[in-house]
Amino acid sequence: MAYTKNKSEVDETLRADLAKKGVIWTSLDFLYNWGRRSSIWPMQFGLACCAFEMIAAACARYDIARFGAELFRASPRQADLMIISGTVTKKMAPQVVRLFNQMPEPKYVLTMGACAISGGPFIDGYNVLRGIDRYIPVDVHLPGCPPRPEALLHGLMVLQKKIASQEIQKAAWYQKGLKREFPIPELGPNGLIPKFNPEVWQPAKRNPRKEHYGQTILVGKKQKAPDLELVVAAKSATPGAAA
Amino acid sequence: MNIPIESVKKELETRLPDVKLRLIRDSILIENPEDLLRVALFLKESPVFLLDYLSSVTGADYLTFLESVYHLYSMAKKQGPVVLRVRVTKNNAKIPSLAPVYRSAELQEREAFDTFGIVYEGHPDPRRLFMWEEFQGYPLRKDYEQEDADILETADIAWLEARGIKIPDEMKEKAKALQAAGQRAVAEKPEKPRN
Repeated sequence: MAYTKNKSEVDETLRADLAKKGVIWTSLDFLYNWGRRSSIWPMQFGLACCAFEMIAAACARYDIARFGAELFRASPRQADLMIISGTVTKKMAPQVVRLFNQMPEPKYVLTMGACAISGGPFIDGYNVLRGIDRYIPVDVHLPGCPPRPEALLHGLMVLQKKIASQEIQKAAWYQKGLKREFPIPELGPNGLIPKFNPEVWQPAKRNPRKEHYGQTILVGKKQKAPDLELVVAAKSATPGAAA
Repeated sequence: MNIPIESVKKELETRLPDVKLRLIRDSILIENPEDLLRVALFLKESPVFLLDYLSSVTGADYLTFLESVYHLYSMAKKQGPVVLRVRVTKNNAKIPSLAPVYRSAELQEREAFDTFGIVYEGHPDPRRLFMWEEFQGYPLRKDYEQEDADILETADIAWLEARGIKIPDEMKEKAKALQAAGQRAVAEKPEKPRN
């Protein structure tokens, strides 16, 4: 994930040293971002098995409350972060994009697990979207199948780092003409229409998977299914074998 | 506990003499799909077997024909399974529905219809189960042509342009070329399907 370093002119170590002596020296950016990053409210929204790791991260053992992100909101209107936890099927994708559109600014997206990033093991499936980043911008990609709760906490910390690096004056959601509402794909005769939003995502020039395996769809061991009829013929030819 | 399949076949042949049956491994193939309902009803009601539970209905594509496989168990006698097979051609894929006999067939037959296009006649609610209503084709058939998700087609271009989204020229040209050739963007497939 690309994030800009905090451009504040205050030295971080000096700030920490002064804080120990009871002197608080701050900038508006720092205070504002500290407030935002310390109370990220995720949306209560699970798609597949990764959701269980998200639930585990919210429970006492891993305790996402330590990072201020324990308040899972059941409404997109009250959420800051959308954790896309699991496989996004083509049937579900329009609803995911719609929920993203309904979230207020500033909003962040964290994709959790291989499926949400790229389709994962179902990449060649007829029913699975090859990554939600085809329709909405993603801030943190969190690989794993599924990622452990610690990994989710790490993803959250990376997001906090990103939030800390933002500046009020340059933040996208304060700029004029911000276009953060993305068109919701429709269910078509062969899949989703459109297949992707070229303003958000475009296919890579080269396909390393195809270069490596040769065939895009057919990977793995070729096995011939047993011919059922032949087995029966052999059984009936040798008396006693059938019993 | 297993039921010896030969005994099921023998019982069926004595009670329903006009039904043609064939053994395939540990299963019974019913040669005429029309007989399926009678056979299932008999196996359910017969005091010898009491197969009162239909565990699964599966579709299969064998390239030359489509097959529907049924696994029957007896909850009363704690035994099973008895496996029944029915085969139909792709052009005339019609099998009588087992939903009137076994309620559990209802959703599973909808799934087999959704993915293999086997029409279960007499089904109370013959809709697709997983895919949406507008979806065309039957995705688990071996001759299904899956879309290439990385190439935009004219329908996508028109949809995106109607919403004022900028599209790179090369994508537009590719879509135009595909339409001129009268083709769809289809995902690459092996020359021969896996058996």
